[in-house]
Amino acid sequence: MNDTAKKPAGKKRKFVTPKTAPYFFIAPAVLLFIVFTIYPVVSSLILSFQTSTAGVTSFAGLDNYRRLFADDLFYQALFNTFTILIVQVPIMLTIAVVLAVLMNSALLKMRSFFRIAFFMPAITALVAYAIVFMIMLDENYGFVNYALSWIGIEPIAWLNHPFWAKVSLIIAITWRWTGYNMVILLAGLQNISQDLYEAASIDGAGKVRQFFSITLPQLKPILLFTAVLSTIGTLQLFDEPFILTNGGPNNSTLTISLYLYLNGFRYFDFNYASAIAYVLVVIIALLSFIQMKVLGDDDDK
Amino acid sequence: MMTNKNKGTVILRKVGLYTALIIGVLLSMFPFYWMFIGATNPSGEIFSIPPNLLPGDHLVENFRNLNDNVNIIRVMINSIVIALTFTFFSVMIASAAGYAFAKYSFKGRDAIFFTLLLAIMIPYHVTLIPLFQLMADLGWLNTYRAVLLPNLAYPFAIFLMRQNMRSIPTSLLEAARVDGAGEFKIFFRVVLPTMKPALAAVAIFLFMFQWNNFLWPLVVLGDSDMYTLPVALSSLVGMSRIDYGQIMMGTTLSTLPIMIFFLLLQRQFISGILGGSVKE
Repeated sequence: MNDTAKKPAGKKRKFVTPKTAPYFFIAPAVLLFIVFTIYPVVSSLILSFQTSTAGVTSFAGLDNYRRLFADDLFYQALFNTFTILIVQVPIMLTIAVVLAVLMNSALLKMRSFFRIAFFMPAITALVAYAIVFMIMLDENYGFVNYALSWIGIEPIAWLNHPFWAKVSLIIAITWRWTGYNMVILLAGLQNISQDLYEAASIDGAGKVRQFFSITLPQLKPILLFTAVLSTIGTLQLFDEPFILTNGGPNNSTLTISLYLYLNGFRYFDFNYASAIAYVLVVIIALLSFIQMKVLGDDDDK
Repeated sequence: MMTNKNKGTVILRKVGLYTALIIGVLLSMFPFYWMFIGATNPSGEIFSIPPNLLPGDHLVENFRNLNDNVNIIRVMINSIVIALTFTFFSVMIASAAGYAFAKYSFKGRDAIFFTLLLAIMIPYHVTLIPLFQLMADLGWLNTYRAVLLPNLAYPFAIFLMRQNMRSIPTSLLEAARVDGAGEFKIFFRVVLPTMKPALAAVAIFLFMFQWNNFLWPLVVLGDSDMYTLPVALSSLVGMSRIDYGQIMMGTTLSTLPIMIFFLLLQRQFISGILGGSVKE
């Protein structure tokens, strides 16, 4: 083995050298990426500027986008998605922060047991948990209404009432993702220096005061990370409304992704669906940008 | 030194702490319990007032009915084959690319890596329709490869592998080169073995992604013999007469393997699913 290295590289020219090797290593990833990501991203943009009638495709300019901005169902889908986003993400992150603070308490034993238990929902398949919630939330025979009847609450039409259907989605998503976010936040809490708290105690700051003046500011970058992640996830919400409510009743849980799917694969209007996809991209990009600006502001100072 | 008053508040705080957390755990775990119970009971027992909250004796029958309805054994084989194949190849592709980005300097490196990073931000809906058309044109609808190929070069996995590969000491690679090892040999014999923990975490992340993947398989798999678990389960919900025992059996079958896996490897699992966003 040592011999080949010492020989001058004259006899057998090697094809794979330290110079060429990286190209071999990235080749599979890059080829797949070009075919299955770059090509469709470009193709989708082109599709959104075309229409096809009876198999004949023609350039349509902004027609699809114009149609989209005059489409009541699209506005309904936007409204639903944003309602869920604005209500669900803050509730979930608040619970996650509180849980993380409790989990970080020095008084707590069996921390890893609790961590496993809270994280467990995050490993279930979206479809599987959506089905379980669908059955538990049934109006007449579901477990949730049965449990509520113990405390004298009348049966709620969880999945068949426009308002409660949204609430059902919010409950389901919160169940699935709170523990996941808690684990991220807990790791952030554990990185906050204990000295800060000791100094604050000496200054006479109570636990609540410490939470708002030390914990939250220190946690901000991680909180931002979880907020952006949850926002992107909620904007793409598909599996849960597809299974739990199928967009109903009366389109009250129709999300942008579900509307995209219906246009693409029920009505086979690929061009219109592509326009929806691009509007979704722009919304996600804008919102992520705004969140980073608003929440990440202090770092620039 | 603790005064009596202090001791009192500590006990009180402990009680409050444990009460809050235990309520949280019950809420978090109950749907799992309820699902397992449901898998052992006939449809009528699950869907009744008061509901049956104890294990029943319908486990085998629910499985048999489920198998008659959606050919669950075939569906599970589809899911396992697709998820394992996907995990193996995507881990190899991501670690090779990640290694090149971390440990070589070459022309175009930063531009290519930046483009990959950008792709993490793109919602997959944008690629959905052109990919479907591509698969249809190639005649690949209803095949494993249609499910597998589009996500095989998973940008986030490449990113994670690159971050991890940076910790490999360059002197180690140089020593192997002096010994005359070729570049591929170094990758397989030196790099991959030292990266085992990172490989495990990324593999879990990718396996979970594919096992749970729903929208894309739903779109490209039309033939019920090719269904993966999530697609088969969703088809059960659409049936006119829903048998809840069967459905709970199905959701259990899709959850239990991952759950066992999780309990065995929970550390790697959490860091895998969180995708390296958490340093422990």
